[in-house]
Amino acid sequence: MSGQPAPALKISSLTKTYDNGFEALKGIDLEVAEGAFFALLGPNGAGKSTTIGIVASLVSKSGGKVWIHGIDIDENFPLAKKQIGIVPQEFNFNIFEKVEDILLNQAGYYGMPRAEAKVQAEHYLKKLGLYEKRNTTARMLSGGMKRRLMIARALIHSPKLLILDEPTAGVDIEMRRSMYDFLKEINKAGTTIILTTHYLEEAEALCRDIAIINHGAIVTNRSIKSLLRDLNREVFMLDSSDTLPDPLTLEGFTFTRIDDNSLEVEIERGQDLSEVFSQLRTQGVSVVSMRNSANRLEQMFVNLLEESA
Amino acid sequence: MSAYEQYIAFMTILRKEIRRFTRIWTQTLLPSAITISLYYMIFGNLIGSRIGEMDGISYMQFVVPGLIMMSIVTNSYSNVVSSFFGAKFNHSIEELQVSPIPNYIILWGYVSGGIARGLLVAIIVTLVSLFFTRLEVNNYLLVVAVVAMTSVLFALCGFINAVFANSFDDISIVPTFVLTPLIYLGGVFYSLDLLPDFWAGLSKANPLVYVVNAFRYGVLGISDVDIRISLSMIGGFTVIAYLFSLHLLRSGKRLRS
Repeated sequence: MSGQPAPALKISSLTKTYDNGFEALKGIDLEVAEGAFFALLGPNGAGKSTTIGIVASLVSKSGGKVWIHGIDIDENFPLAKKQIGIVPQEFNFNIFEKVEDILLNQAGYYGMPRAEAKVQAEHYLKKLGLYEKRNTTARMLSGGMKRRLMIARALIHSPKLLILDEPTAGVDIEMRRSMYDFLKEINKAGTTIILTTHYLEEAEALCRDIAIINHGAIVTNRSIKSLLRDLNREVFMLDSSDTLPDPLTLEGFTFTRIDDNSLEVEIERGQDLSEVFSQLRTQGVSVVSMRNSANRLEQMFVNLLEESA
Repeated sequence: MSAYEQYIAFMTILRKEIRRFTRIWTQTLLPSAITISLYYMIFGNLIGSRIGEMDGISYMQFVVPGLIMMSIVTNSYSNVVSSFFGAKFNHSIEELQVSPIPNYIILWGYVSGGIARGLLVAIIVTLVSLFFTRLEVNNYLLVVAVVAMTSVLFALCGFINAVFANSFDDISIVPTFVLTPLIYLGGVFYSLDLLPDFWAGLSKANPLVYVVNAFRYGVLGISDVDIRISLSMIGGFTVIAYLFSLHLLRSGKRLRS
């Protein structure tokens, strides 16, 4: 291990059983490298928020170990807490406080002097497009602004590891894109990012590594590229400018005719997509556009969840 | 966290608390001034003039220390219970939980907010009382010590109430059904000497008796209870409440899943 930086987050045999007997985590192991952009995916109730809650000290673990940048949370949780910033799923600030005060208070809780906190607050308020709203009470902000406020608050003490639980839920597309750009920027600057999301295209667009959790256990934990390589079957939607012939034949391929001008073709691993074009051409069909009819990661996600069920 | 960082964290909580209760001063500071004025008018002037003397002094002067102490108790308590439960309710308590602040700083931050409001109300109520009676202080040091200890004790009690509360009803049950009766039965309006032996003895189990009498001794130099016993009891209750509050924060029960 010497010479190598400690992982940003390391989880070993983590278990959590709630008072009502529900076993939310069944001994998960997870490692997130420093500088990673990591996605933690799973259906509702899979254990994502419980995992994040334990790392953030909002949930007490039943067993196992957690290290944040090499610091064991059982040995020095205050020092470990300084390394992380948390953006929870639910709004968790006092809606009657002013935007700037929420940031200044959070900086104060980390022991940051007020003058320094003001500089940091101004920086992140400007970065996240909230500077004009700094003297507004938080309840007057839109949903997207509230979410950006929580990101600014999580970053106010310059954490090395930023954990975001469903950061773009309820955020419009334009705002979501600018949030993606911002997250990419801070990741590039060295901040490790872990996010949970229901938008699989979000994970595919932003993250390099992924773990899928289901029923309190990690189903897979690898790079998105290698995960997608294992995808056995893809479905493509093809559009033609001309009316498709009737009957249409595609030897060796399973397909569905959607309407007079479009069809859906399933490509198994090892099959050649150009063969589809070639067969269509011989029947006088020219393809003008093509797209994945389902998100590739989504397909993979569903396959893995079905396997783990 | 270094000592300096802890100081910054403490001041942040205290500043936030003071801002909160001064921003809503019509709900936090004004009611005590109005209530106490009514008490002085009704119990002090109207009824008090017919009662005559109590323990050798005018009834008005007798009730003043108890009424000031009543304001300190209720305000220290209600500031912490409403603020901490509010933070629990809107989940902003998580801002503190994810940060590296030690538990005792969180506790002292909220308790100091309660003390600040208790002291401010005490000053307001004392100034109001000067319109109704002359106030000569027997022992300034004792007055300050009793005020400080009492506001700490009841701010801690408010904190414990907030931790256990699950709804806004729960934070009004204790003040209404426990604190108010204890205050009224704690010798604010009468001397324990007026009670039959059994009830006078039972009153000794009421912590408010020691608070009111210690303060009355500091102001007027008279008390139903030995001042050393009063101070010991207040100190003892405070230590117990402090240790229990810290235990609640450490265990995370009712604060963490």
